[in-house]
Amino acid sequence: MNSKLKQLIISITAATAMTFTVASHATDITGAGATFPYPIYAKWAEAYKAQSGTNMNYQSIGSGGGIKQITAKTVDFGASDMPLKPEDLEKNGLMQFPTVIGGVVPVINVNGIASGQLKLDGKTLANIYLGKITKWNDPAIAALNSGLSLPDTAITVVHRSDGSGTSFIFTNYLSKASADWKATVGEGTAVSWKAGTGGKGNEGVASYVQRIKGSIGYVEYAYALQNKMNSVQLKNRDGQFVVANEDSFKAAAAGAQWDKAPGFYEILTDEPGKATWPISGATFILVHKSQEKPESGAAVLKFFDWAYTKGGKLASDLDYVPLPDSVTKLIRDAWKKQVKDSKGAALWK
Amino acid sequence: MNTSFLQEARLKRQIWLDMLFRGMTRLSAFGVLALLVAILGSLIIGSMPAINAFGFNFLTSAQWDPVTDEYGALVPIIGTLVTSAIALVIAIPVSFGIAIFLTELSPRVLRRPLGIAVELLAGIPSIIYGMWGLFVFAPLFADHVEPWLNDHIGVLPYIGPFFSGPPMGIGILTAGIILAIMVIPFIASVMRDVFEVVPALLKESAYGLGATTWEVVWKVVLPYTRIGVVGGIMLGLGRALGETMAVTFVIGNAHELSESLLMPGNSISSALANEFTEAVGELYTSALIELGLILFFITFVVLSLARFMLYKLGQREGQST
Repeated sequence: MNSKLKQLIISITAATAMTFTVASHATDITGAGATFPYPIYAKWAEAYKAQSGTNMNYQSIGSGGGIKQITAKTVDFGASDMPLKPEDLEKNGLMQFPTVIGGVVPVINVNGIASGQLKLDGKTLANIYLGKITKWNDPAIAALNSGLSLPDTAITVVHRSDGSGTSFIFTNYLSKASADWKATVGEGTAVSWKAGTGGKGNEGVASYVQRIKGSIGYVEYAYALQNKMNSVQLKNRDGQFVVANEDSFKAAAAGAQWDKAPGFYEILTDEPGKATWPISGATFILVHKSQEKPESGAAVLKFFDWAYTKGGKLASDLDYVPLPDSVTKLIRDAWKKQVKDSKGAALWK
Repeated sequence: MNTSFLQEARLKRQIWLDMLFRGMTRLSAFGVLALLVAILGSLIIGSMPAINAFGFNFLTSAQWDPVTDEYGALVPIIGTLVTSAIALVIAIPVSFGIAIFLTELSPRVLRRPLGIAVELLAGIPSIIYGMWGLFVFAPLFADHVEPWLNDHIGVLPYIGPFFSGPPMGIGILTAGIILAIMVIPFIASVMRDVFEVVPALLKESAYGLGATTWEVVWKVVLPYTRIGVVGGIMLGLGRALGETMAVTFVIGNAHELSESLLMPGNSISSALANEFTEAVGELYTSALIELGLILFFITFVVLSLARFMLYKLGQREGQST
């Protein structure tokens, strides 16, 4: 009885002290990981600092590095484009949640074909990346593009040379679309590519594709847009040809069943829906379930809570798709349930 | 009595200072050695999982599959060696020409500006070479040189397969050429410096006997300076082997073994630069560290060979040639 009372007093003091510290002297938070969401995290950090005074330092060292750093507890949160499997989360005592959604877009550089003209489906795309389709006028491509005159030029495949969440989303889609791909290559941030040449980073792939005639590559949507690259239409699960844009990414997010995915392990490739872009994906944040430094833990959650409520516009400006409200509600519930301080009290209230 | 006591005290202090100084220099020297051993040790420890898993197969397998966790270093090893070899094949004659021109043939007024230009070339950061290679050199190479290579050299027997392939502008050959441009200033400036120390007496004697410039260079200057020349070449080779950023830009970064030099490949350092940040899993990281260990080993062997060559050359010094 006495000890319980003591504990209560301590936790209350701790809680008030915490709110007090956050209010008067803001806790700096540090994060590290994925490069893909870096522009939006940096933008959010800037806007959030102006409002709350809290500094958010984010180092875009890559998803792999982010996972290593958060596991080693050198940062307050890690960021990864590839969601960790629930068992891996469990093993390291981590919880993860998505922040924004983006899409991966196949881009081409073929003489006489403008942006959005070429139609491809997953199987054909997989066969191109497997090196089985080597000419742009291959019957398989021609069958999807009646009326489009396809040149008799060789296809040069461009992929990422570095490990990347973009590659993970792309290969995940190809694995779902083609059994052949799944058997010979599989999915991952880095895979054993069967054809083509590798560019470092989205910008590397973008510059290779812009330079090499007859090439095809895949980049984040924002890069395709900013570099004015020629994208293709893809056939989605419902058999519709769609172009990549914010609406088709949103459609992909809406179809996802986050509530049924433990640890928010959900990859938005090949989702159902008429308007759905088939190669979409969220990017994720990793935090420790049991926080040794509850102040910074709470500050991290506060930051992302702010980002969900106020950061949507900034995200759209940078061509990311904010999460629907239904999903952010699920995330806040998960925070409440899962993120605790060392005494077991929830950090998110 | 008083003065001698003072002198003694000063002497004592001097001895003490001397010992301190010696200790500090020794510490610095051995510190480097300790650091080297520590780096080597951590590389070996880090690559143990990969060494245990693959053994010697790691050196001979061309497989590099992060999905199934199977790694082999053959492609990057060959890429590193071939790009460096191409670089030296191009850079040695060009540097030789530069050095001879600057020391023997150039009008005096041109020597300084040309010499400074070569040295400035050495000071350009490698990332600049990489960007220039990707954005300027590779398109020109793809449009004008590679089609010609395909049509004229690609059809020849034996060496043809090395020069046929899609003209992409990026690949092993491009990487080799960019490396050559990068190492030329190193080799050229060392060669120039050593050519300059050839005594005028020797050269003028040869000229006086009616030797041509070529004969003077070949029979007097080169034999006199061969140690320095080999040293300069090894310096260039050392840079070519370890060069990362410029190569990453233009080599194409594909873990594929292809006999064509126009096809994309990979080098050890560019594979590390590309993949280390996102390497997930113990074996993947460890395979990359083992790649680093191999590069360490290659550089070590090259430097030892250079030392050995210099030693052999030094032994022959003074004997009739």
